[in-house]
Amino acid sequence: MPLTPEDVTRIALLSRIELSAEEREKTRDQLNGILGFIEQLQAVDTTGIEPMAHAVDVVQRLRPDVVTETDRRADFQALAPETEAGLYLVPRVVE
Amino acid sequence: MSWEVVIGLETHAQLRTQAKIFSGSSIAFGAEPNAQANAVDIALPGVLPVLNREAVVCAIKLGLAVGAQIAPRSIFARKNYFYPDLPKGYQISQFEIPVVMGGGLAIKVGAGNTAADKYVRLTRAHLEEDAGKSLHEDFHGRTGIDLNRAGTPLLEIVTEPDMCSSTEAVAYARTLHALVQWIGICDGNMQEGSFRCDANVSVRRPGEPLGTRREIKNLNSFRFMQQAIDFEVQWQINEIEEGRAIRQATVLFDPETGETRSMRSKEDAHDYRYFPDPDLLPLEITPDWIAQIQSELPELPQAMKQRFETELGLSPYDAATLTASREMAAYFEAVLDVAGKENAKPAANWVMGELAARLNKEDKEVPAAPVSAIQLAGIIRRVADNTISNKIARDVFEALWNGEAADADAVIEARGWKQITDTGAIDALVDEVLAANQKSVDEYRAGKEKAFNALVGQAMKATRGKANPQQVTELLKKKLGG
Repeated sequence: MPLTPEDVTRIALLSRIELSAEEREKTRDQLNGILGFIEQLQAVDTTGIEPMAHAVDVVQRLRPDVVTETDRRADFQALAPETEAGLYLVPRVVE
Repeated sequence: MSWEVVIGLETHAQLRTQAKIFSGSSIAFGAEPNAQANAVDIALPGVLPVLNREAVVCAIKLGLAVGAQIAPRSIFARKNYFYPDLPKGYQISQFEIPVVMGGGLAIKVGAGNTAADKYVRLTRAHLEEDAGKSLHEDFHGRTGIDLNRAGTPLLEIVTEPDMCSSTEAVAYARTLHALVQWIGICDGNMQEGSFRCDANVSVRRPGEPLGTRREIKNLNSFRFMQQAIDFEVQWQINEIEEGRAIRQATVLFDPETGETRSMRSKEDAHDYRYFPDPDLLPLEITPDWIAQIQSELPELPQAMKQRFETELGLSPYDAATLTASREMAAYFEAVLDVAGKENAKPAANWVMGELAARLNKEDKEVPAAPVSAIQLAGIIRRVADNTISNKIARDVFEALWNGEAADADAVIEARGWKQITDTGAIDALVDEVLAANQKSVDEYRAGKEKAFNALVGQAMKATRGKANPQQVTELLKKKLGG
């Protein structure tokens, strides 16, 4: 089922991406193209095959529970547009 | 017509690790803002999360303690939403296959002998990372972000909608709170947010399908949980009785007003678009690993309670009280190690009575008790072998509490509190008392029973409580011609 312009608007909103009317149509074409590929994949009969969450059959490596990081706040905050009292400042958000 | 209340709880237990769930940053409480937020936690490009083994161990421990299934292979998923304290734009959580599935918790609802047994089924428990903290105080009209908490390991423990009152919900939460501390996976500190609950609440007429639920977020005390659920239930009943439908919503409890208020309704509810996190491969848990953790797990409170009842002959109430925390149970068992199992009942009385009262009065925890288990056992042994009376024993406890001596024997020796059991000495003493209290003797002989108690009192007073009251009573009876 191809995406409607409303679907694209909603996905853009959820992704916090602003799209012009022209971009929306272009994006809709691209997304529908991807969905078309997926439709082809879904045509394959996978009855009895356990789904995989990843393309490679490898399991997660685990790290020991050890603190290895040191305080590099000054380095990181040098990259931030705005900081104060050790905090990153962002436009006001109140839920 | 009556109403039925249906409650399910989701609890976020902060896991007791050293480092974060996907990075090597410390999770210690109280650090300077962002001093514990490294490249992974602040989501710099190109970083890769690597799962902390200890967080998995904690999840397995919980699974074993609640009789759940441990998934041999579970998947991490991205839960997508935008908020500044979530710099990646998604939270790493588990969705389709969580690490722990099923199980349940036996709880006691109510207190004392009228307490009812109930079993609350668990749906699942999954591993996830915490978000950072937004500070909305005035930073020139901007919001301050502290990412120290981002990436802190959480275990979200979800129940079936099995509870039907605020009392049951609180009983479950308290039992879970005690259990996660008992098995050492969470410090249980609710003020610091280490253990917080969300309550899904709905009401319905008996026999009808489930009503629409509203979710009360972030309950960080048992008292608030009780108040919030009670208010919410009454609110929902009023709405329906006044002809309004309940709309699914997320609400917050305001401790100031005692009310719940809507945060967001379903219309603008999040669409989290979960999908498997390509950065994290499936988590494999082998039977060998589970068996190893099982062997390291302490005896669980339920099992220990049973043992105290059957092996030591304690009442269900005593056994439950002593197993309320692992520290208290350990203290009690340490007392028994020295005092012997035959003294289980007096030991239980001491731990639940004098010790608990003094700890409570001074706002101390069991490990900080100035009287050690070995010292208390020393007191109990001296009562058992008649060296001191129960009354003197409390004074000895007080002296040890104040650090006056190293052990009970030293206090008894120094204060000369040894009970007089020498028959000759007591004999002479009773004669003196009889001679000095002719009036009471006459009264007793005239049939006044009370006069006898007065004579016992005089004898005890003469020895400043050191005489064996039983011996005194027997001797007095004999001398007065019984």
